[in-house]
Amino acid sequence: MSDVTPPAGEHAHHPFLQHHFEDLTQQHEASTLGMWMFLSTEILFFGGLFLAYAVYRVSYEAAWAEGAHHQNLLLGTINTAVLISSSLTMALAVYFSQLGRRIATFVTLGLTFIFGSVFLIIKGIEYHAHYVEGLLPGAYFTYHSPLAAKVELFMVFYFSMTGLHALHMVIGAGLLLYFMWRAWRGDFGPEYYSPVEIMGLYWHFIDIVWIFLFAMLYLIGRHH
Amino acid sequence: MTSVTYHDVRLMEPSKTQNYLNVDYGFLSWLLTRDHKRIGILYMISISIMFILGGFFAMMMRLELLTPEGDLLTSDTYNKFFTLHGIIMIFFFLIPSIPAVLGNFILPLQIGAKDLAFPRINLLSWYLYIIGAFIGLFVIIIGGVDTGWTFYTPFSTQYSNTHVFGTTLGAFIVGFSSILTGLNFLVTIHRMRAPGLTWFRLPLFVWAIYAASIVQLLATPVLAITLVMLMVERVVHVGIFDPALGGDPLLYQHMFWFYSHPAVYIMILPAMGVASEVVAAFTRKKIFGYRFVAFSSLAIAFLGFLVWAHHMFVAGISVYSAMIFSFLSMFVAVPSAIKVFNWTATLYKGSVSWQTPMLYILGFIGLFTIGGVTGIFLASLAIDVHVTDTYFVVAHFHYIMVGGAVMAYFAGLHYWWPKITGRMYPEWWARVSALLVFVGFNLTFFPQFILGYVGMPRRYHAYAPEFQVLNVMSTAGASVLAVGYFLPLCYLLWSLRFGRKAGPNPWGAVGLEWTTPSPPPKDNFHETPVVTWEAYDYPAMLKAMGETQNV
Amino acid sequence: MMLMLTDFPLFPDQASTIASQTDKLFIFLCVVTGGTALLIFVTIFYLAVVYRRRPDNELAQEGEAPKFLEVAWIIIPFIFFMICFVWGSWLYFRLVRVPDNALQVYATGKQWMWKFQHPGGQREINTLHVPVNRAIRVTMASEDVIHSLFIPAFRVKMDVLPNRYRTMWFQATKTGRFHIFCAEYCGTLHSGMIGWVEVMEPTDYQKWLAGGSEGSLASQGEKLFQKFACNTCHTSEATGRGPALLSLYGSTVALNNNATVIADENYIRESILNPQAKIVKGFGPIMPTFQGQVSEDEVLKLLAYIKSLGAAPAQATGGGGPAPAKEPKR
Repeated sequence: MSDVTPPAGEHAHHPFLQHHFEDLTQQHEASTLGMWMFLSTEILFFGGLFLAYAVYRVSYEAAWAEGAHHQNLLLGTINTAVLISSSLTMALAVYFSQLGRRIATFVTLGLTFIFGSVFLIIKGIEYHAHYVEGLLPGAYFTYHSPLAAKVELFMVFYFSMTGLHALHMVIGAGLLLYFMWRAWRGDFGPEYYSPVEIMGLYWHFIDIVWIFLFAMLYLIGRHH
Repeated sequence: MTSVTYHDVRLMEPSKTQNYLNVDYGFLSWLLTRDHKRIGILYMISISIMFILGGFFAMMMRLELLTPEGDLLTSDTYNKFFTLHGIIMIFFFLIPSIPAVLGNFILPLQIGAKDLAFPRINLLSWYLYIIGAFIGLFVIIIGGVDTGWTFYTPFSTQYSNTHVFGTTLGAFIVGFSSILTGLNFLVTIHRMRAPGLTWFRLPLFVWAIYAASIVQLLATPVLAITLVMLMVERVVHVGIFDPALGGDPLLYQHMFWFYSHPAVYIMILPAMGVASEVVAAFTRKKIFGYRFVAFSSLAIAFLGFLVWAHHMFVAGISVYSAMIFSFLSMFVAVPSAIKVFNWTATLYKGSVSWQTPMLYILGFIGLFTIGGVTGIFLASLAIDVHVTDTYFVVAHFHYIMVGGAVMAYFAGLHYWWPKITGRMYPEWWARVSALLVFVGFNLTFFPQFILGYVGMPRRYHAYAPEFQVLNVMSTAGASVLAVGYFLPLCYLLWSLRFGRKAGPNPWGAVGLEWTTPSPPPKDNFHETPVVTWEAYDYPAMLKAMGETQNV
Repeated sequence: MMLMLTDFPLFPDQASTIASQTDKLFIFLCVVTGGTALLIFVTIFYLAVVYRRRPDNELAQEGEAPKFLEVAWIIIPFIFFMICFVWGSWLYFRLVRVPDNALQVYATGKQWMWKFQHPGGQREINTLHVPVNRAIRVTMASEDVIHSLFIPAFRVKMDVLPNRYRTMWFQATKTGRFHIFCAEYCGTLHSGMIGWVEVMEPTDYQKWLAGGSEGSLASQGEKLFQKFACNTCHTSEATGRGPALLSLYGSTVALNNNATVIADENYIRESILNPQAKIVKGFGPIMPTFQGQVSEDEVLKLLAYIKSLGAAPAQATGGGGPAPAKEPKR
């Protein structure tokens, strides 16, 4: 009984197996579950904004419609298409990483990164247009209309929601760069692909949030 | 190599083994550690500092309230003090207390894991806490904040000229610390349990932490986004919550309480978990109705999300929504009652030891019961109209949070102190402090129930003279309470150097944490334990102990 | 010190019709929960002593408390909780339903004072004179942050909001002075936002009313109505640029989005301060906002004036919430 040193070398250690996990399956399951839980937190985080948005849409329907009319539907639609495409390439990246196809993983991750960047650039162009129009809430808000105060509130929600979304995109893009480097290095294969998979979960989540934002900020109220 | 069971470790010489404390030395080995045990210690030190700070503000308030006139502090200072007392005690002490200190340290040991699922995220949680705390301290230094910890709009957005932005930013950041801790625990409990450790073999502390973590994960982000909107409103001056600009202050209250009511369960659920552990260990019995106690934790977590508007009965919600929230609030009382009755029934035919952790927990059950039943008063609409926003509410939630959560934190601290440090604290002094805390607490807060019903509103810097006698009693009690809290600080520190060596299992308790040396080795267990017994299986353990002695 | 000890209430004055009923429920709760808590404490103490650890009791004994207890202590407390719920809600309905014959008073909360106005035009600060044994209806709003009007002796409390009217009522049952507190934290002098209700015999109250008035609230409102030139659009004919206000109060108004709304106090207030929110069918959104131009006091006066133009004949006032009591036509 005196010998209680841990048994070494019972199973070959994968280089990316962290020491506190028993095996890669446990590690993979833990990281996937962790990401799902993180996303549930994110849903409630965005959910608070959605709730406040909904409350004031009911109260100030006309102003909300007026605000929606100041959104650039063309750019918004292009961005939606861009983001959905990026989800496709992201899903492909997960698929290729599982197969251990190094170059294909790298390229699809790269494409996802490019789509994401395009999205952010277009979003920036839209932001600039709002600024020029005087729709940036606060000191630069110069928009005139009987409903100006409520349109400003709409724009607060617009900038908060899309800004928060864009922040998630920027973080996602940074992670994509990191995983591109790791994919190039050949870290991923059939045994170990969970980082790419949870990156995929995160990216799809951002995508879905955008679908909601697009509907809420660009489309609803436009028929008025 | 045979499997190691709990009685084997009694034969080991703990002092000769390497442990998590002596494996590395130096500041960086602590500040960059990913060991859940060291992170638990880091939290313990940080929240103790915050507890002392929050306690200082409380003491100043009690001294001010010794006389009806506002003579010790100006009203602005008083308002800042009760605000800071609330913010520090809730966000920086109570929420992290049991989960981040005891949960961090004990939970992986209890489930036979080497660490939490995400050790780096665990360290990140602590750093987020520290960043939030430093912002909070910075705000205090540059002038404080006077909105009350609830940050009610439009006072907080347009009328207060104190540092609302900095404070909410601090709370926002510390919120993410809480979210990540909860997430880490949930994944750990799901994925890191030792072989054989099924859900219904888990200690009830794990169940309680699990339930609290769900609340942390799902409620905290709502507070975070609410505080973001509040900050935006304060900076941009747009009417999200400010009625002068078309916003709705009640929306703020709804969103705030959607977090802040469940937050009460973040504090009390882990406390209930500690109570279950201690009651089992100090009666040497399986908790009566184990499954009822386990599921009542989940029920509390679930129902806790459905009762937030009972904080708003007079605030302007409709008559029917008030009724619905009153009805649901009655439901949440049921699982709490189940727990109290089950702990009581566990004592029956037990081997009840009157050691310090048990004294604290007996106190906890008593105080929590009083806090719980006064919750029924508040859930009953007509009574709530009269007593809400009075000292009745102050007394009620202090019975839950201080009488409940803090008592249980101290119980857990004493119970696991030998495991954490490898040393015993002086039992006599510890019993004295448990007694002082209990007596001081009741003297402080029981008069406040009466004060509240007589009609003294809360957050009053000066008050009508007829309230003075009860206030004097309360302040006297607070001094006793302060001594009660100060004592453990002294003797626990003393025990670090002079305490008797504890050995792996000083209480003769079951549970995986008692099968490993004290202090535990860096990887917790020399060999991954395999669990073949139920939780709190004292007969089996005692039989095994008997066999060991015979060998 | 001696004086202090004699003046040491452990129970608040019972000075309203509701107070004694609230106290009954309170005492019921105290007895039942206190009894239960005491039972638990005694049981715990008894068990902890009887089964204390002794050399012959190092191990727990075999055997547990009977399992049916588990069901018992789920069901029995639950029944008690439901009693508390029903009783509390029943009383709450009485608390929010304003009697029809109630006397109207207006209250405005402001950092850090209470302003009261009577229909006869009497104004007072931090003191409210009311007659005994008469239901009093208080219509309240805040000029800045959230306050809460709390009269412990009457067991009534209600938050006072800056964006709409709240209504509470009470009926004092004895004469005397009773505390008014602000119960919702409102800033620096929150604890100074206190006052007194002076409950008087009806004859004394009439005498008090007779002293000092600047004309009835409605007539002051009429002056404001002209001062702000409301009458240029809101003429008495249906051809005005704004809707006619005759018999508006309590009537059902059709809006341009095909919804209808009851013209209660909150609707009228909103239409003054935020006219764009609800546009009457057939009219354009041309009315400027008076937010920031009229004080809460003045809104109350305008409201009193509009009410004095006659109330619509009694009809369903919707909601099931507290129905606004009709003002007697002047």
